[in-house]
Amino acid sequence: MYDYADFDRAFVQGRVAEFRDQVERRIAGSLTEEEFLPLRLRNGLYLQLHAYMYRIAIPYGTLNSRKLRQLAMISERWDRGYGHFTTRTNIQFNWPKLRDVPDMMAALAEVGMHSIQTSGNCVRNVTADHFAGAAADEIEDPRATAELLRQWSTDHPEFAWLPRKFKIGITAAPHDRAATKTHDIALRIVRDAEGAVGYEVSVGGGLGRTPMIAKTVREFLPKAELLPYIEAILEVYNLAGRRDNKHKARLKILVHEIGIDEVRARVEAVFEERLAAFRGVNPGLLAEIEAAFAPPAFVALPTEDYARAHAEDPVFRSWVDVNCVAHRRDDYAIATISLKPIGGTPGDATAAQMRLVADLAEAYAHDEVRVSHEQNLVLPHVPRAHLPAVHAALREAGLATANVGLVSDIIACPGMDYCSLATARSIPIAQQIAETFADLDAQRDIGPLKIKVSGCINACGHHHVGHIGILGLDRAGVENYQITLGGDAAEAAAIGERAGPGFAYDEIVPAVERLIEAYLDHRLEPGESFLEAYRRLGAAPFKAALYPPEERSDAA
Amino acid sequence: MARQFQPRMATGSDLLEGDVVYFTSAGDWSRRIEDAALAVNPDAAANLLSRASEFPNAVVGVYLVEAALDDRGRAAPAHFREVFRTRGPSNYPQHGRQAEREHV
Repeated sequence: MYDYADFDRAFVQGRVAEFRDQVERRIAGSLTEEEFLPLRLRNGLYLQLHAYMYRIAIPYGTLNSRKLRQLAMISERWDRGYGHFTTRTNIQFNWPKLRDVPDMMAALAEVGMHSIQTSGNCVRNVTADHFAGAAADEIEDPRATAELLRQWSTDHPEFAWLPRKFKIGITAAPHDRAATKTHDIALRIVRDAEGAVGYEVSVGGGLGRTPMIAKTVREFLPKAELLPYIEAILEVYNLAGRRDNKHKARLKILVHEIGIDEVRARVEAVFEERLAAFRGVNPGLLAEIEAAFAPPAFVALPTEDYARAHAEDPVFRSWVDVNCVAHRRDDYAIATISLKPIGGTPGDATAAQMRLVADLAEAYAHDEVRVSHEQNLVLPHVPRAHLPAVHAALREAGLATANVGLVSDIIACPGMDYCSLATARSIPIAQQIAETFADLDAQRDIGPLKIKVSGCINACGHHHVGHIGILGLDRAGVENYQITLGGDAAEAAAIGERAGPGFAYDEIVPAVERLIEAYLDHRLEPGESFLEAYRRLGAAPFKAALYPPEERSDAA
Repeated sequence: MARQFQPRMATGSDLLEGDVVYFTSAGDWSRRIEDAALAVNPDAAANLLSRASEFPNAVVGVYLVEAALDDRGRAAPAHFREVFRTRGPSNYPQHGRQAEREHV
């Protein structure tokens, strides 16, 4: 894991002092709210429906036990003893007091963390494959690139006032677990015909009001040329991106309006100039970053006891089969810790749960924890020999729900339970769907299914790329939920298609039930997933289930 | 015919705590919606917003919300968003105004 160098430490501590001064001046009245607002947003502090909300960056979703314990401590000392992990792999505290935030920031700095650039029109937290460094299918650990981008983008003077926020996602595997194609820049680490490692660069992805899948701007970019190329993209966007209309200010709109070929021509022209002036990344710095992501010292442990537990204990077996996936080493597994207990709030963890995960990571899993954009935690390196002990401990803490990738593993934004931008609630919809399909055997029978719920058009809940997407809206003063079908956040990224008229708050869960019943009726065999069935059949049978003829005539 | 004027109350967020407050007829701020001053015509509403905006270093994000009178004549927000602001998050009854209510 990357540890802060002196430069990072000094920078973050400087920011703590600066923000403490700004908060004091706001409280004293020498800064107006108008003046203070952009300053607090740039430090991750929002004012939401019921309280302030403090958003903390977890770069590329990577934590260790020390950081996780500090987050637990912060949540208990200055908040309400829990945190909410988000779809940008950040954590949010929902109840801080203005006066306390500088102290919270200082406590973060103690463990090499901060909240800088978690809001505002700047380059946001870079997200990466949450199985990075552990996945069997990756070319190299993409987090070294993500850390390079974090250092490059932090307080970058040229790109501090972009037309809108700017998101970068990176993966090094053919299977895209990081929803990269929904980012302003999607990086995929690839090899060219000669075997050299570089990047496939796509631009203009994004969800929100105008959802777009990123388009490829460069098939292969040599690794050493990354920063001038990214700067070229940002320069083109910074100059040509629309500042006249907030809703049209994202890079995706520019790509849409002038076309990917024109974007490519402009980017390549700027790139040529920038590359000529680029002296390369400081090799010593790059080597330090790469060394920070060297694999842990794997240990070969006997797996007989694990195999016996897997054969004999059905609860353990179903957790392993559903929540664990292949590691690059056969005697290890990647274990996902579901933060989606049936009826719980997606992405929430209590301080006690954070401490337990920290303890398990330290004792059994090379002290590494990840946050996934699907709002779960991951122990990326668990020797299979330790899986029974890990599972037993998770079970006691209510963290062993075996539902990863299934119908109850739902992404939900905070929605109108917390967020001042929301137009409807998200969390209770996710809770009710999970309760409706509580039985884990039935969930396994339904198979892989990604339901994603957003409480407004900004789409923090990624509803456009849900196999079933749910968007909560305010229709004439009443909560109303639109369904989209067939979205996909993975390598075959697709924006879901709107199914038809929305559903009232108490109609949306039965509508989802009808969709899933229709899928079960129509699938060729249990191995055909919801998304595969949708792609084969099209929307018609699902629309028929959502809007049965008798209801239509009732409504008329 | 013009729609009948819906009464308005002024609300905002406390600068230090960040929680929901209502402007009262006594000219100060309360955490109880029961204390909210009601404006019953457009002029009174404009006046209410103007008076409520005179506390920029105590209460931020001040705006007017439509209120409906219940059958006992008490004002309650008309829109569900404002109803949620009087309660707190639906996933945790122990947090937000709803939790404080139980102890009152």
